[in-house]
Amino acid sequence: MLEESREELMRFMLLFSRQGKLRLQKWYLATSDKERKKMVRELMQVVLARKPKMCSFLEWRDLKVVYKRYASLYFCCAIEGQDNELITLELIHRYVELLDKYFGSVCELDIIFNFEKAYFILDEFLMGGDVQDTSKKSVLKAIEQADLLQEEDESPRSVLEEMGLA
Amino acid sequence: MPGQRVFLHSRTLPVRMVAPSLKLQDLIEEIRGAKTQAQEREVIQKECAHIRASFRDGDPVHRHRQLAKLLYVHMLGYPAHFGQMECLKLIASSRFTDKRVGYLGAMLLLDERHDAHLLITNSIKNDLSQGIQPVQGLALCTLSTMGSAEMCRDLAPEVEKLLLQPSPYLRKKAILTAVHMIRKVPELSSVFLPPCVHLLHERHHGKAVGLPILCFSSVDRRIENRMGTPAHRRRVAHTHRHTRNRLSCPWPPPFTSPTLTPGILLGTITLITELCERSPAALKHFRKVVPQLVQILRTLVTTGYSTEHSISGVSDPFLQVQILRLLRILGRNHEESSETMNDLLAQVATNTDTSRNAGNAVLFETVLTIMDIHSAAGLRVLAVNILGRFLLNSDRNIRYVALTSLLRLVQSDHSAVQRHRPTVVDCLQETDASLSRRALELSLALVNSSNVRAMMQELQAFLESCPPDLRADCASGILLAAERFAPTKRWHIDTILHVLTTAGTHVRDDAVANLTQLIGGAQELHAYSVRRLYNALAEDISQQPLVQVAAWCIGEYGDLLLEGNCEEIEPLQVDEEEVLALLEKVLQSHMSLPATRGYALTALMKLSTRLQGDNNRIRQVVSIYRSCLDVELQQRAVEYDTLFQKYDHMRAAILEKMPLVERDGPQADEEAKQSKEAAQLSEAAPAPTESQASQLLDLLDLLDRASGDAQHPPPLDPSPGGALVYLLDLPCAPPPPAPIPDLKVFEREGVQLNLSFIRPPENPALLLITITATNSSEGDVTNFICQAAVPKSLQLQLQAPSGNTVPARGGLPITQLFRILNPNKAPLRLKLRLTYNHFHQSVQEIFEVNNLPVESWQ
Repeated sequence: MLEESREELMRFMLLFSRQGKLRLQKWYLATSDKERKKMVRELMQVVLARKPKMCSFLEWRDLKVVYKRYASLYFCCAIEGQDNELITLELIHRYVELLDKYFGSVCELDIIFNFEKAYFILDEFLMGGDVQDTSKKSVLKAIEQADLLQEEDESPRSVLEEMGLA
Repeated sequence: MPGQRVFLHSRTLPVRMVAPSLKLQDLIEEIRGAKTQAQEREVIQKECAHIRASFRDGDPVHRHRQLAKLLYVHMLGYPAHFGQMECLKLIASSRFTDKRVGYLGAMLLLDERHDAHLLITNSIKNDLSQGIQPVQGLALCTLSTMGSAEMCRDLAPEVEKLLLQPSPYLRKKAILTAVHMIRKVPELSSVFLPPCVHLLHERHHGKAVGLPILCFSSVDRRIENRMGTPAHRRRVAHTHRHTRNRLSCPWPPPFTSPTLTPGILLGTITLITELCERSPAALKHFRKVVPQLVQILRTLVTTGYSTEHSISGVSDPFLQVQILRLLRILGRNHEESSETMNDLLAQVATNTDTSRNAGNAVLFETVLTIMDIHSAAGLRVLAVNILGRFLLNSDRNIRYVALTSLLRLVQSDHSAVQRHRPTVVDCLQETDASLSRRALELSLALVNSSNVRAMMQELQAFLESCPPDLRADCASGILLAAERFAPTKRWHIDTILHVLTTAGTHVRDDAVANLTQLIGGAQELHAYSVRRLYNALAEDISQQPLVQVAAWCIGEYGDLLLEGNCEEIEPLQVDEEEVLALLEKVLQSHMSLPATRGYALTALMKLSTRLQGDNNRIRQVVSIYRSCLDVELQQRAVEYDTLFQKYDHMRAAILEKMPLVERDGPQADEEAKQSKEAAQLSEAAPAPTESQASQLLDLLDLLDRASGDAQHPPPLDPSPGGALVYLLDLPCAPPPPAPIPDLKVFEREGVQLNLSFIRPPENPALLLITITATNSSEGDVTNFICQAAVPKSLQLQLQAPSGNTVPARGGLPITQLFRILNPNKAPLRLKLRLTYNHFHQSVQEIFEVNNLPVESWQ
């Protein structure tokens, strides 16, 4: 452990498919690459072994894990011992709603082909594992503005510009 | 669009033909198109080579695209360390796209272990001070995700500045970055504490929220003095609004108009929470704002509804939960703050809509807060009842959190949890093993002397059908509970028998010893026991513990078995040959463990004196086993054979019925384990109890020198073969004890404590003390806790008290049972520590009990 973790902290969030393919990983506590790989592999195994009628919470290592399946994707959050699992479920749901609004009826393929966008949206919603803003509108607006900025950046340059002749 | 573009660099670089490389989406498609792992690896390695080359060549235009591809393959598990420096370059670029991808790369690829991570400190600093808002946002996000302690120290001033500038978008991000910084570098609390205070000034959802807080001013003291009823607070608020302009703050913010900033409130509360957890000074300071927080939450819950921030009709549940969390930290171990929040907590607990998860999440947080602070007793009961209602919810997630929380509360709020026992028992039927396991633990913790019969019925039914991984815990739980609360011996024997037949392979090793001990000590039940065991054995010889006990019993009480009369069960004619055949079957069965066969052989031997017929059959069996390969059996057989031959005149005496062996060793261990298990079951059990108890014990140690060193008695040897030695010392049965008089040990202002003593005749080492607390005064006694300590050579187990409150004027007393094991008959000494509230004062009394009757230990 690199640091003393506080009482309430989201350690990480993972998105992965039913076949065990990682689609997003956000770590809120400094962990080495090797350790991350190990934890991801282990946790995926545990979660994928759960039967459909089981509850969304489980205990793994010294953490609580809250997970929910949306279509073919598992959304998985690891939180510290004193945390409120029920609000974490709401948090996951809110993230899915944001993705859904952004991509329009989001599916796994959207997350695969636009993984950076998924990260950008998550980073606009959570910071350090804490909720930044409880308004969906506000979060999506910020993303929109950033996307616009990016588009302006990338506006097609003329061929002459490309060649450095204009 | 498939295909590859040939691109040209700007004129400042030589024009080159660069090998074609894929767009991100095309790469992803190609990877997904790979049919085997090897193919995927090939595609990726090829692409990585391109990417590496591109990095080497330093192409600034498409760097972000290359890095994005690299990040994708990194997620699939491939190495990407060569992209680290590119992240730095991208962050330093002026293009937003570059920065966006660069910062993302930094968060994914750089961490504290890499020296490279410090290199972005400068870029972040630049971006924070000079960048446009979205860029500043990216920088803050990155800092809060991967910022090391060093980086946090370096950049704290920048973040502090951003906390105080006008844009709410940035301020909320700066606030949360400060949270991370404090986690990494707790000393930074002093930097962020002052600005926090101002942030609470902000209006929330367009409404003024209660009292503005001004620190280091005399007005605070006025507020503190008047914090009482809501009427008081309103009055003060009114006064305060007039005085607000006259008072000054040490750090006047550069802006003057408060803005609509719901996002800031959430971040602020989060930051305050972090500060209070790290810094005792902050904790002390923010306790003063409890009234304001209470007001904020109240407003939010009653009139602050905004569709934009609500979920399923619940006002901003994330904010509510965060405020409740902060209140929990502020109210913990602080009566005054706790009192201030009591009303609000009750209000939230009763008014929150429970039809969807969002409402239940808020309710759950409320329960957690109530249980952790100094709440009024009624509020605690309300909280437990909410959990009880959760148990009936159709959503199994909610049942899960309810069971987990009730488990934490079962020791400290035992009677409140008891009320929900039937619901808990129903949860044993859960299909999800994690729920049924918790239900089992909770059910076992709820067994007491009044519900033991009903509960055992349920638990035994559960044992028959429960999943295999719960069997052992269920079996041992039932046996322990039976041990503690058995209403009659026969019930106890029946219960153990049932467990042995249902789950014999899952019971602990000492179950056999315990059962033989129990049966041995219950003379009136010998006939009953041997019959039941015989019947059970005849049906099934595979459950080893059962077989061992049955064999022992048949050996000891074979004569009773053959008598044919037993009132308690149907008469059964058993003849000698059948009995011998059964024992021989056990002896020969490949299912029997070596120890079991030992029991069987010894039993056969004992029967040689109990049965009427000639002993030829027995002698034959014994003779055969003289050459048994198992050394233990062989030895026994040889000894028994000798008993038939040379020492036949002594045989009857040696094989007489065993007297009761003293309970010691393993039994005492089990009791120590019980109290340890009981302590582990509840996290909410006040931690001070354990240290206090050890303190008390240390005090007693000074006095213990007089009692001499405790000698550990030899462990109970369950093997009857070894009993050949013990049999030669025949202790006499203890005389029946006279009833021991009660003792009044404490009296203060109408509150009295009495002790009553029981020495159960069948267990001379055991002393049961019941303490009774009564109250004849005019004021209620609340939060009553009694702790006890005894000298080291004795073992003490406290059971859960009947409650913590003794109402005034002779209200229902509190009783509590102490079990003391004193196998060495050491002089009993008892020290008690009482804490309770009476007439609005906390009372603590520590005293040693004098005049303990000698009958309690001799």
